[in-house]
Amino acid sequence: MASNCPTPPPCPTPAAQVLNREFLEMRCKILELAASLDRLGRGGGSVVDDPRFAKLREAIGLLVESREDRAEQVQLLFSRPYDDDWQRQFNMHAAH
Amino acid sequence: MYYIDPHIHMVSRTTDDYETLAKMGCVAMSEPAFWAGFDRGSVESFRDYFRQLTEFEPKRAAQFGIQHYTWLCINAKEAENVALSREVIAMIPEFLNRPGVLGIGEIGLNKNTRNEATIFMEHLDLAVKFDQQILIHTPHLEDKFQGTRMILDMLCDDSRIDRSRVLVDHVEEHTVRYVLEEGFWAGMTLYPISKCTPQRAADIVEIHGPERLLVNSAGDWGPSKPTAVPDFILEMRRRNHPESLIRKVVYENPLEFFRQSQGFRFVPRDQEESSPVP
Repeated sequence: MASNCPTPPPCPTPAAQVLNREFLEMRCKILELAASLDRLGRGGGSVVDDPRFAKLREAIGLLVESREDRAEQVQLLFSRPYDDDWQRQFNMHAAH
Repeated sequence: MYYIDPHIHMVSRTTDDYETLAKMGCVAMSEPAFWAGFDRGSVESFRDYFRQLTEFEPKRAAQFGIQHYTWLCINAKEAENVALSREVIAMIPEFLNRPGVLGIGEIGLNKNTRNEATIFMEHLDLAVKFDQQILIHTPHLEDKFQGTRMILDMLCDDSRIDRSRVLVDHVEEHTVRYVLEEGFWAGMTLYPISKCTPQRAADIVEIHGPERLLVNSAGDWGPSKPTAVPDFILEMRRRNHPESLIRKVVYENPLEFFRQSQGFRFVPRDQEESSPVP
């Protein structure tokens, strides 16, 4: 979603060219992630009940969705929620 | 390409870094006051720090033709100590008229606590009272979204704040829209691990446009790269973006924002060259 400029500059690089340029880097990142998950599996004990592990699984699911805001959605997944009532809870009031 | 790094902590860097930055095209920088890696014990520690920012660093930068500017505050992490924070806020006006001081910053939130919010609002009051620009730190990682929204609430609740004179820094994919839609400037910090990468910063420019967007390195004492802005320039070039767009983000935008401060006396490099030597 563009919020800042009515006509933001599009990505001037065609998708095929982006893939050519980034394929090996993306492959590498996926391999690193796979190896990290393997390492967790080989380690003693289990982390399946750890909420961070659940977040990681959920984030991996976001990557394969067909949408154009995956980065933003991953960020939000790893964020604490915002409560617009926070000022009342803190007993704070705007002075001006 | 000449560029300006609007957020870099040079007190933590070596003189060699100044030289490297100059070689890479950095002509000016602004350095917000921040956390030293440990909590300082008294207001006198901050007075010495502000002397370092306003006296020593500008001289060190000038050796390499870089114009150095600064922002003053007690940072969000130490703001948990409300009594010390109030002493520092009371002392800051001693420095506001010094050459190179652009305003109050980097204020903000760290763990989004009540004390941090209290001191943030007292900094806002100081800035308004002395007609200063404001540079804002937003929290890291899981605290960023919540903290950024809280900061925007406090800013928008204060009718005295001129939004065009406020820079909200360390925005990422999930916070940039809120900052820009409320009329503030937004800074993207290029960090090797946390915050943004040059590639993702270029994505954000492509999605949101270049208006009121800045990029910085925030180079400091932790894992960080003072030459991150040239990395962004290179990434934009690799994507075939025009030089005019890149220059707007790394040079013209910082100039437009900083020129609203009385303490900003920037001399463009080409004018420096044509000026007669006294």
